[in-house]
Amino acid sequence: MERTNTLSIRQSRDTDFIREVEEASGQDVSKCYQCGNCMGSCAYTFAYDYPVTQIMRLVQLGQKDIVLGSSAIWLCANCQACTTRCPNDIDVARVMEALRIMSRKSDTVSLPDIQAFYDEFLRSVKTFGRVFETGLLPIYNLRAKKPFTDFDLAPRLLMKGKLTFFPALVKKRKKIAEIFEVVKRDRFSKDGKARPEPLSSKTDI
Amino acid sequence: MRIGVFVCNCGTNIAGTVDTAKVASEALTFADVVYATNYMYTCSEPGQQEIQRAIGEHGLQGVVVAACSPRMHEPTFRRAVEKAGLNKYMFEMANIREHVSWIGNDKAANTAKAADLVRMAVAKLRFNQPLFSSKMPVNKRLLVIGGGVAGIQAALDCADGGMDVVMVERKQYIGGKMAQLDKTFPTIDCSSCILGPKMVDVSQKENITLYASSEIESISGYIGNFTVDIRKKATYVNWDACTGCGACMEKCPAKNTPDVFNENLGSARAINIPFPQAIPKKAVIDARHCRQLNGKKCGVCAKICPVKAIDFEMKDTIVTEKVGAIIAATGYDLFDHSVYGEYGAGRYPDVITGIQYERILSASGPYGGHIQRPSDGKEPKNIVFLACVGSRDASVGRPYCSGVCCMYIAKQAILTKDHLPESNSYVFYMDIRAPGKNYDEFVRRAQEEYGVQYIRGRVAKIYPRGDRMVVQGADTLLGVQVEVEADLVVLATGIESSAGAGELAEKLRISYDQYGFYMESHPKLRPVETNTAGVYLAGACQGPKDIPSSVAQGSAAASKVQSLFAHDTIETNPQVALVNERNCIACGKCIQVCPFGAIQWKELRGGIKKAEVLPTVCQGCGVCNATCPPKAVQLQHATDNQLLAEVNELCA
Amino acid sequence: MKRVAYYKGCSLEGLAAEYDRSTHAVCEAFGIELVEIADWNCCGSTPAHSYDPLLSAALAGRNLAIAADQGCDMVMTPCPGCLKSLKGAQEACEDPGLRKPFVELVGRDVDGLKTVSLLQLLYEEVGPVAIKKAVRRPLTGHVLIPYYGCLLTRPAQKAKFDDPENPVSMDRLLEATGALVPDFPYKTECCGATYGVTRNDFVGKLSGRILDMTARLGGEAIVVACPLCQQNLDMRQDQINKYQKSALHLPVPYISQVIGLALGMDPKELGMDKLCVSPDILFEDRAEAEGKAQGPGAAA
Ligand SMILES: Cc1cc2nc3c(=O)[nH]c(=O)nc-3n(C[C@H](O)[C@H](O)[C@H](O)COP(=O)(O)OP(=O)(O)OC[C@H]3O[C@@H](n4cnc5c(N)ncnc54)[C@H](O)[C@@H]3O)c2cc1C
Ligand code: SF4
Ligand code: SF4
Ligand code: SF4
Ligand code: SF4
Repeated sequence: MERTNTLSIRQSRDTDFIREVEEASGQDVSKCYQCGNCMGSCAYTFAYDYPVTQIMRLVQLGQKDIVLGSSAIWLCANCQACTTRCPNDIDVARVMEALRIMSRKSDTVSLPDIQAFYDEFLRSVKTFGRVFETGLLPIYNLRAKKPFTDFDLAPRLLMKGKLTFFPALVKKRKKIAEIFEVVKRDRFSKDGKARPEPLSSKTDI
Repeated sequence: MRIGVFVCNCGTNIAGTVDTAKVASEALTFADVVYATNYMYTCSEPGQQEIQRAIGEHGLQGVVVAACSPRMHEPTFRRAVEKAGLNKYMFEMANIREHVSWIGNDKAANTAKAADLVRMAVAKLRFNQPLFSSKMPVNKRLLVIGGGVAGIQAALDCADGGMDVVMVERKQYIGGKMAQLDKTFPTIDCSSCILGPKMVDVSQKENITLYASSEIESISGYIGNFTVDIRKKATYVNWDACTGCGACMEKCPAKNTPDVFNENLGSARAINIPFPQAIPKKAVIDARHCRQLNGKKCGVCAKICPVKAIDFEMKDTIVTEKVGAIIAATGYDLFDHSVYGEYGAGRYPDVITGIQYERILSASGPYGGHIQRPSDGKEPKNIVFLACVGSRDASVGRPYCSGVCCMYIAKQAILTKDHLPESNSYVFYMDIRAPGKNYDEFVRRAQEEYGVQYIRGRVAKIYPRGDRMVVQGADTLLGVQVEVEADLVVLATGIESSAGAGELAEKLRISYDQYGFYMESHPKLRPVETNTAGVYLAGACQGPKDIPSSVAQGSAAASKVQSLFAHDTIETNPQVALVNERNCIACGKCIQVCPFGAIQWKELRGGIKKAEVLPTVCQGCGVCNATCPPKAVQLQHATDNQLLAEVNELCA
Repeated sequence: MKRVAYYKGCSLEGLAAEYDRSTHAVCEAFGIELVEIADWNCCGSTPAHSYDPLLSAALAGRNLAIAADQGCDMVMTPCPGCLKSLKGAQEACEDPGLRKPFVELVGRDVDGLKTVSLLQLLYEEVGPVAIKKAVRRPLTGHVLIPYYGCLLTRPAQKAKFDDPENPVSMDRLLEATGALVPDFPYKTECCGATYGVTRNDFVGKLSGRILDMTARLGGEAIVVACPLCQQNLDMRQDQINKYQKSALHLPVPYISQVIGLALGMDPKELGMDKLCVSPDILFEDRAEAEGKAQGPGAAA
């Protein structure tokens, strides 16, 4: 999402959003006093459109569109540095995670390639019960339209006998698939809210 | 008994959520109540007159006021009824503000609860008896605990007023933290130059008795008449003889004794006088590091001392002092930054604290006033200061602001530039707190004239790279991550209550907050009083404070003491325990439980023993009353009958 | 013999097969019986977390449920990412909102189990003293850098193991092998995580600085306890060198491999040959050289 230099706070302030983030993450975002420790700790600040401290600020201000459309929430590696050091004991990584989930639900994922990778991963789990590394990467790379990524690694891995060509299968794969189905069914109907129809293929697996 | 009830509106404070008229009309139905009304501001002059008028007009024998907490206004109303001819203990207060109107919005429920509280107060009042206090002489001597700048100021003010002062300081020198400082904000005057004369005054004033290396053992008594046992710790040097010549320090072979005064930068000897201007200038042996005292052969100091002052056999002694008032001025200690793993948890020698840096800056400090790194003695070029280390950090249990560090960081950065014109100072801060007179200007000067680089953001991590420290943090104003390679890092560690503050508070019977800071009686209107009459507060023991505020509070506490000492006598509190000898079975349980030793045996004719309460020692805690099997000992104004009457009324 | 349920995780079945092998070898050497969780499935990892808390909890939780049914009260996984998911499942089990759907999907509660990493198991159940005693081929003279990665000890309230900022358990274990272990300031810095695939340059930058610091401190090898860290630092070391124009050549063995080596096990059995950057330097016996360098009688 492009950075805005002017904000009409009253128009864009969404108090329901603040409440939803707090509920989903179990954190009280008003505790953040913008010290910057999280962004000082975060190894990915260099890549974020909004450093994590500013994500916290934007949540405090209820700026739903900016937050859910930010690349930051999809570049967060969940490394827990922010959570470990927040002087107000805010689980910042949990807030980032909650925002990722919310952005999926609202179909505003800013970095579709990362979501695609995650989706490919989950599809692998859903189909085989486990992740099939050798199969996952090429498929993802094809989908992400960069088919030659990591090509350099292949010969070496082959030589080391590290590439497996058959997925390991979980016997009770049906059970795994069932877990996916049940979660998917319940996902949009929590607290009695009806599932928004139709569910775009972009946001689901 | 003819009882009158006055229900206060307290403007809208009470009337906003309590139907005071209804409470008053309901009160009229309670036994013995012959008059009840509600009133806008009962504590006001006309409000009090209204009570007095009603007492005369309706022949009232007891009064209930339903209003605020008795803490503030019980004395007001007691005086009012006394003026109208009643005994002041024929008065009860029901707290329908803090206990009712401020804590609930349901008017019907509030009104019912307020009426209940009034009913209880009336029930109790029906059992009240007139009580009479007696007069006790006031011992016009003051005890000051803690010889920091606040305690010194209080002691000097009172001594100047002609009073006798006893000062107890647990360290071997007075001056407190200020004695360790180099220069002071916002005027950059030399700390020891302005504090030194005051310290000398303390030692020279005839009417100040100083016990250094001493602590409070126990305190008994009450306002005007305290008895204090003071433990004089064994110093192993006879101070009457010691001239402070320092010959012993030079020769003492225990060279690895930590130099506590210099905050462990460098080392001292086991026998030590911490700094040249120390008051008292007397040597003390650190028993943990003295060779002789640890079973090795030594005794070098004893041989060298020209006046034979060394006494390896010395033991702690207890002295008793009697005083009429006490000022607690025990100051503060500093947060231990070893909980911050991200800052190295104390394992990097070039990550130091603000107070260590004061010692480095000081000409009498470990490096003679030359700024150098503890690790290798090199002169630093880039110095980073971190604000709020162990302050404003809920995750380490210190959510409060320490109040002084923003200012002393600016001071230290300015002094750094004075010492090392080629150096660069960086300050990581979250907010700059500089609300005093000329304070903000001072911080601006650091930035504008001294080129100190302020960066708004909390530091995330400090770690070594080569022989330098990398300070990694954020500039939240830019929204970027930043990194500074520093030669020296100074942590402005926060202020916390002084070690042992809690235990001393229990001896003084004063309260302290969750962080160990002593509680003033009222945050706005009684800032130097405590809830124990005759005990006052000065300085950082009450909360983080800089020198001007500590001194001001020292003087304020002194003025409280002087107004107390302006009286020759003081009224005793008659709300104490009393033994009904006819019921006493001489089991002695009360004597065992009384925490103040206020109960003793008394022998009647024929050798019959009975318990007897010393009314001047009794603090009215009521433990004996609760313990006594035949209920022979009763706490006046809170007797079993009075309390049960309240309970019965509530359960009726 | 201590019986511990073993949650292998997908990586150890693929790119981190040597971690699996060496884990088995070392545990066996110390009398720990690893009971493989029957028909285990993927924990869901970050993709599941980012999809729905229940998905992540249920996928990971199914494995814990099986372990409990197999009669184990402790579950160990060598992968810190998996451990986070397993602990997440236990948390969900205690969460009033999630407990019911969780138990419905998984069939039972799993909060009673103790879940640990391989490092925690080795540190707490075996310990440096026992390791030191068992060492046959001391790594004396080798400078090893302990790298824990971001998840092993963080966040502290959940990991409940070692220190979140300056963990020392691996330091102690490595010291027990006789190696020299410098104070490493990047012990818990992130290596680039799963971005090897989607944002290769991130790994270049983040793992790059970890390797640089290792070299700066004179480390010969950087020892890890996480398959993802290992892949980034080892398999992608050439990519990193290209990214930051360096010529680093630092082997990245797993902690289990290093301990196994010190116990005198066959490097092949430990899968040392599977490492991309050759670990040969670790096979040099310097104990003797050290002794000689100090000269005769230096021991006194
Ligand atoms: C690094 C640093 C720099 C500072 N610079 C400045 C500055 O430039 N300007 C400024 O205005 N302020 C400055 N301050 C603040 C200043 O130190 C305090 O305001 C001041 O010291 C408070 O005085 P005090 O007497 O209340 O407490 P203290 O100085 O702490 O004195 C208390 C005394 O009581 C004694 N004591 C404690 N407990 C007991 C006990 N149980 N029994 C007997 N004795 C006891 C202690 O030993 C001590 O001597 C600075 C603080 C720090 C940390
Ligand atoms: S958890 Fe995410 S936001 Fe927090 S420090 Fe790690 S990468 Fe940054
Ligand atoms: S570390 Fe905590 S308080 Fe500081 S900016 Fe981040 S979320 Fe806010
Ligand atoms: S103890 Fe003796 S030698 Fe030491 S300072 Fe006192 S007088 Fe001098
Ligand atoms: S005075 Fe300044 S540095 Fe000290 S705690 Fe307060 S804000 Fe932080």
